[in-house]
Formats: sequence, structure tokens, C-alpha cells
Amino acid sequence: MVRRLVLAVALAAGLGGTAAHAVEPSERLADPALEVRARALSQELRCLVCQNQSIDESNADLAHDLRVLLRQRLAAGDTDRQVLDYVVARYGVFVLLDPPFAPVTYLLWLTPPMLVLGAGIFLVLRARRRRSDPEPPALSEEEHARAALLLGERG
Amino acid sequence: MLIEIGHFALVLALLVALVQGVVPLVGASVRSRPLMDLARHAALLQFGLVALAFAVFMHAHIVSDFSVRNVFENSNTAKPMLYKVSGVWGSHEGSMMLWVLMLTLFGGLVAALGRSLPAGLRARALAIQGLLGFGTLAFIIGTSNPFDRLIPAPIDGRDLNPLLQDPGLAFHPPFLYFGYVGFSITYSFAIAALIEGRIGAAWARWVRPWALTAWCGLTIGIAMGSWWAYYVLGWGGWWYWDPVENASFMPWLLGTALLHSAAVVEKRETLQRWTVLLAILTFGMSLIGTFLVRSGVLTSVHSFAVDPTRGVFILVLIALVIGGGLLLYALRAPGLETGNPFAPVSREGAVVLNNLLLCAGMATVFLGTFYPLFAEVWSGVKLSVGPQFFDATFVPILAPGIIAMVIGPVLAWRRGKLMASIRRLSPALIGALLAPIVVFAIDRAAPPAALAGIALAVWAMLGVMTDLADRSGLAKQPAATTWRRLRHLPRGTWGYAIAHFGVGVLITGITVSTAWRSERIETLHPGDTVEIAGRTLRLAGVTEGDVANYHAQRAQIVVERPDGAPMTLYPERRWYPVARSQTTNTAIATNGLGDLYLALGDPDGQGGWVLRAYYNPLVPWIWFGAILAALGGLVSLSDRRLRLRLPAARTSAAITPTGSADN
Repeated sequence: MVRRLVLAVALAAGLGGTAAHAVEPSERLADPALEVRARALSQELRCLVCQNQSIDESNADLAHDLRVLLRQRLAAGDTDRQVLDYVVARYGVFVLLDPPFAPVTYLLWLTPPMLVLGAGIFLVLRARRRRSDPEPPALSEEEHARAALLLGERG
Repeated sequence: MLIEIGHFALVLALLVALVQGVVPLVGASVRSRPLMDLARHAALLQFGLVALAFAVFMHAHIVSDFSVRNVFENSNTAKPMLYKVSGVWGSHEGSMMLWVLMLTLFGGLVAALGRSLPAGLRARALAIQGLLGFGTLAFIIGTSNPFDRLIPAPIDGRDLNPLLQDPGLAFHPPFLYFGYVGFSITYSFAIAALIEGRIGAAWARWVRPWALTAWCGLTIGIAMGSWWAYYVLGWGGWWYWDPVENASFMPWLLGTALLHSAAVVEKRETLQRWTVLLAILTFGMSLIGTFLVRSGVLTSVHSFAVDPTRGVFILVLIALVIGGGLLLYALRAPGLETGNPFAPVSREGAVVLNNLLLCAGMATVFLGTFYPLFAEVWSGVKLSVGPQFFDATFVPILAPGIIAMVIGPVLAWRRGKLMASIRRLSPALIGALLAPIVVFAIDRAAPPAALAGIALAVWAMLGVMTDLADRSGLAKQPAATTWRRLRHLPRGTWGYAIAHFGVGVLITGITVSTAWRSERIETLHPGDTVEIAGRTLRLAGVTEGDVANYHAQRAQIVVERPDGAPMTLYPERRWYPVARSQTTNTAIATNGLGDLYLALGDPDGQGGWVLRAYYNPLVPWIWFGAILAALGGLVSLSDRRLRLRLPAARTSAAITPTGSADN
């Protein structure tokens, strides 16, 4: 596939800019610790008008607004959880790039460990079955001699 | 007129494909040699016709024949020639043409190179290949005709999406498609084996080289695509877990499993059924990857519903190919020969483990990619599944695979000794345990995940080197003997060593560039400076001008390092007026150990410009590693081809008891 063609087309089709232009210097918070939290949070929030980009990576206007919004919440003293809840309350769970563990995502989060578990059980069962297989009969003296001959100096 | 010839050739190819798909199957079941041999001629003819159509289509793009709708929609007279050529596969119609060209090329290759194959197997495999060609050609002619005319012809075209006007993107689709479509051969052979009800020695010897060939193409294609994303998207990321990326990654994961199990089939005559199943699923994933991205269903269920013709056609095609394959498998696989037994701890066992992990990883990627779609259909909830999900699930699933990847090749076939093998690998084990401690001593803030990544990477790289040293008797034998043994190691062994070492290099690149990248985003006025990773960047100025089909704003950044002469980098913003689109052209200075990565942002309206500067340590190793892996595949392939040409010599060498005792 022309990778990201869909992205490219969607963007060219009217969403304006293409390349990710992320956080702007003017948006940054003065407190470095808060700014670090803001960056981490903005990597978890989806730019809703973009094709699969976080607001940290996107230069769309909406991403800019969200970046400013979450910084305002942080500056007002919200915890990370409160900021995310605040954004989800307004934009829906779609905005979270890291899907929460909820009934609708049980299948999503539980399948991978189940797969590993299944693979493990498969291997154990297989090993058991093999163990119950009879060992090949030991070689006789004569066969040992022939094997040694065939293997030559490798023996 | 030329366009009509191309169109006609395409329709003719469709008919030839139908004949190729039906007659040899009948011929093989009634054992009629002429009917079976028809497959070879039909495959070559089909390739010739599609190649003709493709050449005509490409010609239309090169001469900018805007009476062809596709050229009008995707080209422009001012577009540089390079992109007039690559624009051929830049659109939906064109990429389907490239797909079918590759498909018929592979069919033609089997016809041309497969003289030594049993006639029945060859006829059946080519017939399946013909049916695949028929399906794809019907899709192209029915829903995505590249030769649609526009009468009257417009004066000029709309231009290609500027993001696609880039050398990295221009030339990665052919590799990617080579990989995707290459797996059609293993699929066709798998189906042919199921129809025949047996997997002979010829089957095993044929499937592995084709799986390897396709895998090499796919590896290079994905690496190029990721490199493109890295330098084009302007913030230094190189993998996004984007559905379009996952679409190419899923067949790669299964293809990797396939080429390992195919090697076991060839060498040990075991795992045959599993390999047949993998061959079906791998090509199935290629199809899902290509077509579901094409149909737009991934972008949104709604865009799919607006124009369902293509999507429905694709779904039917996928259902036939995968469903038909699996149905045949369920019916016929129990009748296939069972393989030679092996103990759980053995080289075969390690391949089984690697296959299971790769499949589980693939299933995880599949789930993450399609879950939002399922969730929306079932519950109406719109969800996002971002990189966090894949990092939390895919990475832990694959990590044990990396550990096993080093031990597997050291284990004996059939029955291995785990502790003895690990003891043989003790230098690698010691290195893997020491490396993170050293790193932690240097940087106390190193994240645990990075330390684990370093340990895995060192384990992979030292593991291969320890194995090679062991095989060559290093330090136990005179240097001359070691050297001679190294040179006489089979190409397949070298291939494995290079590829597995490449995986270690890749993990190093991923780990280090993720954990230790630095970033500065500042507004600079001409003359201002900013420091990053020990370098001083100074904005000398920004110039503007019209170039080819775009308007450029070009910053001149002087980079001063404490050691070495200053250098100048030119990050750029481009405005494509015809396509009405803005792109960023990053400037990257690399020394192989790290990239200084500059992207020019927006002007602030007061003479200042936003500059994004990143220093990404060891990031080039990601692509070195991928290239090494592909190179390993090619080296291994060269081994196979020699053996394929000389089956007689191979047999005689195999029964000479004292021959090549060193191996």
C-alpha cells in the first residue's frame, strides 16, 4: 500500500496542513514540571480532526486548542486523571489514544494475554504428548558400528 | 489509441487469467500433459499483457495525457519527471495496476523457472495464481479502471498529493507490493499441495525461497516507508502504529513465521501442515492489508458505506481467497503426511515457539487495528486504539521471541539440550546482563524499559557472534582453521547470522533513540541560537522562492559543534498551489550514530520562525538493522538458488559420509 496514503488524502482533502507541527513555543507553561506532564498527557489525546495523530504531533487548530485547554487545567491544579476526565466529558472516549479498561474494551485488553496463555497451554500439551510417545529403540552393537563408520572422523 | 491498446491488453489479460485458472486444473486432474502445460504459456502471456497495459499507463503519465482521468487527477505538467513516473502507483488505480503487475510477474517467474517442478504441482500452482490474477483484474476493470477517459481533455492536471512527491515514498510501494504479492506464490503452492493431497520434497524446496524473496521485499518496503514517515512528518517519529502501517506489518509478522517453518519443512520434513496453514494466512493478511486500506473501511465506516462497490468486491475477494483456502485446508490437511517427531526442546521446537509468538503478536496488531471498527459496529462507541495499546501488548509478546531467537539456532535438531546450549551462549548471556548495568551506571535516570531493550539487543547481537565463533572453533583451533571454517559455512547460516544480528541492531536503535532523544522547540529570529545535544544552532536567515511546482520557505541553520567544522542545514516549508497543500521538508544531518533533525515551523509574524530541533541518538540503526535483516534473507536466498540449480550435486554431496564434516 502506499502507506499513509489515506492520511495524505484525508489531509489534502481539506484538513489543511500536512506535516505534524506539534506543540508551539507560545503554548508552553512556565513551570517545567507542569510542562512535562502536559506533554505526556497530550501524547495520550487524539487530535480529533486528524488521521491517527496525537495532539502532541498535530498542527491542526483543534489540537492547538486542546493543548492550551489541558495546560489551563493543569495550571488550575487538576491531576492528570482529572484533565483526561475533563476532556473525555467533552469529546467522548474517542479522544483517548490509550483505550481505558472498560466493558467495551475487555475483549481488546484481555485477548493478548489469552493468546499467550493459549500458546503456553498448547506447548505444554504438545510436550506431554511427546513424552508419552515411546522412545526410539536403542541402537544395537552392529548399528553403532555402522553409524560410527558413516560418521567417519566426525565421530 | 495507445490508451485503448492498453485497455484492451488488460481485458485480454483477464480472459487469459481465466483460462490459466481453469484449464490446467482440469488438465491436472485428468493427467493431460498439454492441458497442464498450458498453464506455463498462459502465465507468461498474462504477464506480457499486463506489462503492456502497465507500460501504456506509465507512458500516459510520462507524457501527461490528461484525457486519461487518472492522469488528470494525479499529475500536472509542472511535476518533476521522477514523480510523473512514481505517480503511476500514487493513486488507487495505479497501485492496483502495480499489484497485478507483480502478481503476474511472480506467475511468470514460476512458469519460467519451474521446469524442474512436477508437472501436476506446477500446473495447479499456476492455475491458482491465474485465479488470483482473474480476481484482481476483474476488480481493476470493474471498479478501478485506470484507462477511463475524460473527453474533452482538460488543459492541466490536479497534481499528485505533495506528500507523495518524495523519493522515499516514490520508491517504496514497488518493494512493498513485491513483498505482499510474493506471498501469493506460497499461497498458490499451499493450495496446490492441498488439492494434490501431498507435500513432496519439491514443494518444500520451492516454498522457502519464495517466502524468503517476498519477505525481503516486504522488509525493505516497510523500512523505506518508516524512513519516509521519519523524515517527512516533521517530528522525528518513525513508527505510528497507524492502520496503514499495521496493514504491512501483519503480513510481515506471518511471513517471518512462514519462512522459518518453511525452512524446517525443507530440512527436517516436519511442520508441513502448519506451514501450509501459515502460507494461506500470510497471503490472506497481504490481501487484507492491501485491500482494506484501499477500500477506506479503516478510515471510517461511513466512507465505506458511501461508495460500497469497491469495498464489497474486495470483501468478497478476501472471503473467497481466505475462506476458500481455509475450507480446503480443513478438508484436506488431515490427509497430508505427518512430520518427523521432535522433542519440545529442539531447533524445531524453537521454531514452533517463534511461530506461536509471531502469530500472537500478529493477532494483537490485528485486534488493535480493527477493534475500533468492531466496537463501533457492535456497540456504537467510537474508540481509539493508539500506540499505548501496542506498546503494552505487542512488545511483551515479542520480547520472549527475541530471547528464544538466540537459543534456537544453537539447539540441535530433533532433541536439544537447553542448559548445554545456554552454556555455549554464556559470553552473550554475560554481555546481556552487564550491558544494562553499565548503561545504568552512566545514566541513573535510564528508564527500566530501555535497560531491558539494551539487554535484549546485546543478547541478540552477541548471541549470533558467539554462535559463529563456536561454529568456526574460534580460540580452540588455529586461526587459519577458524577462517577456513567461517568461509565454508553454508550461505544459509550466514544469512541467519546477518539477519538475526540485524534484529539486534534494530532493537538497539529503537531503544536508544526512544529513551535518549532530545528536543528543542523555539521561536528564533535571524541571528538567534539554540543549543541541543552539545551543538549550537544559529538561524542565519530564511529565503523564499518558487521552485518547480511549489513555493519554498527555506531556513539556513548554521550548526556549530565543539569538535569539527560548522555545517549548514536547510529545513524547508513548501506550499503546493495546485494541490493547495503545505509540506515540511526536514533537514537531517547524520553520522551513523545519531541524527540532528531540523524542521521549520510557522513564522510568528514578527520576523521569528519556530524551529523544531531533535537529536535522535542511534536512530539510523533502526534502518541499518532492517536492511541487515533483508540482506541476511538475500544471502540465504543465494544459497538456495545454487542448490535448486544443482539438485544432482546436492544429492551426491549428501551421501558422501566424510564430506564437509566441519559443518
